[in-house]
Amino acid sequence: MSTSSSSPVVALRDAVVLVSGFPLLSGVNLELEPGSLSVVTGANGAGKTSLLRLLGGLLALSSGSGMVSAIDLRTGDLRELRRRVGWLGHEGSFYDDLSTQENLVFAAKALERPITEIPSVLERVGLARRASTPTRQLSAGQRRRLGLAWLLLRRPELWLLDEPYASLDDEGRMFFDQLIGDVVEAGATVVLSAHDPLRSSALRPRTLTLAGGLVVEDRS
Amino acid sequence: MIRIALLVAAKDLRIERRSRVLLWQVLPFGVMALVLAGLALGPQHAGHSSAGPGLFYLVMLLVALLMINRSQSIESSPGTKASVATLGLDPAGVFLGKALALMVELWLMGIVLLGGSVLLLHTALRGTLSALPSVLVTLAALAAAGALYGALSGGGQGPATLLPVLSFPAFAPLLIAGERSFSATLHGGTIWQWWVISLVALAAYVGVGILLYGVLEES
Repeated sequence: MSTSSSSPVVALRDAVVLVSGFPLLSGVNLELEPGSLSVVTGANGAGKTSLLRLLGGLLALSSGSGMVSAIDLRTGDLRELRRRVGWLGHEGSFYDDLSTQENLVFAAKALERPITEIPSVLERVGLARRASTPTRQLSAGQRRRLGLAWLLLRRPELWLLDEPYASLDDEGRMFFDQLIGDVVEAGATVVLSAHDPLRSSALRPRTLTLAGGLVVEDRS
Repeated sequence: MIRIALLVAAKDLRIERRSRVLLWQVLPFGVMALVLAGLALGPQHAGHSSAGPGLFYLVMLLVALLMINRSQSIESSPGTKASVATLGLDPAGVFLGKALALMVELWLMGIVLLGGSVLLLHTALRGTLSALPSVLVTLAALAAAGALYGALSGGGQGPATLLPVLSFPAFAPLLIAGERSFSATLHGGTIWQWWVISLVALAAYVGVGILLYGVLEES
């Protein structure tokens, strides 16, 4: 990690993101400390996914300023930033024609991480018996677990999870809550978007409510 | 860069081997186009017409457009794009890998369709075999240009009609050089100038792709 424990992992000042002239974010001010868990809520179109994409270097900052993992969003190397964050989208995030294991091998090799970790990661997310199953044959919940396996393999310092609970059953939600708790305890920063507050009483996230591309409520 | 190129190429070829889109969808289309070209020539012209190389490259162009769209659509799902973007892959390596996989696929398709042109267009077997090296070089250049223009036309997310329009100026000299070289091998004539065009185009598209693919990805 390149950030010190005292400096925030995320610092946004009046962050505006415009796409084709339309404001996705309209002046967000936000600081996130290392090892914190934040939940971004809000109605559809409020800017939840846009905020996560900005933090991941997947959207450009139009005005304002921002630092994520010590990289300036305006002048820094966004490719380097992307290597430091882990992204789990609510869409399919993998190559559907590759198997579970082949997707993870591709990610591991791309990041020069040992592929010997893959079996234990698959075991951890409960997909050990689906290692050779093509990704397109996995259920929505299993695809989310594969997404988590991808992130566990990468060990990013900032986890960005876009609606990870969508179409998960109770068991899947509990599994996610437990894993997120472990990740935060290990020192990673997690930001996730969700329509509903977290159910787990063990997790005490900071809750940010977005509306119209602005943070309108910030509860710790 | 080379490590990423080999990784991306292996991934694309594995996906192709698994999905068999080229085998069951693109190849039958190419064979059908060759059959129709053979019927258009008619039996009286078979073996005598100089249209064989041109028809072969016309069919290869149609097939290549499908293959380039397919190659780009592998990456086009928004979730996959975001996940792969966070791997921070070297764009030059990604370009080379996509071009390499496309080249292997085009070579395989080209060899099968060359056989088809011997059977269906009655091009001379010996001349066709002699033309194989120039066909492979032309298809390699087509793969490099295709990887570049595939990304330029929207990376599988843009309208499918955009790729032929955008890539026409790039593909036209390649196809003309390939056809002239093939024709010269079959019917006699100098071929070195067509080789030079194909090789220069190959080097140019590889160079431009290495330099610009990152910009195209970002845009």
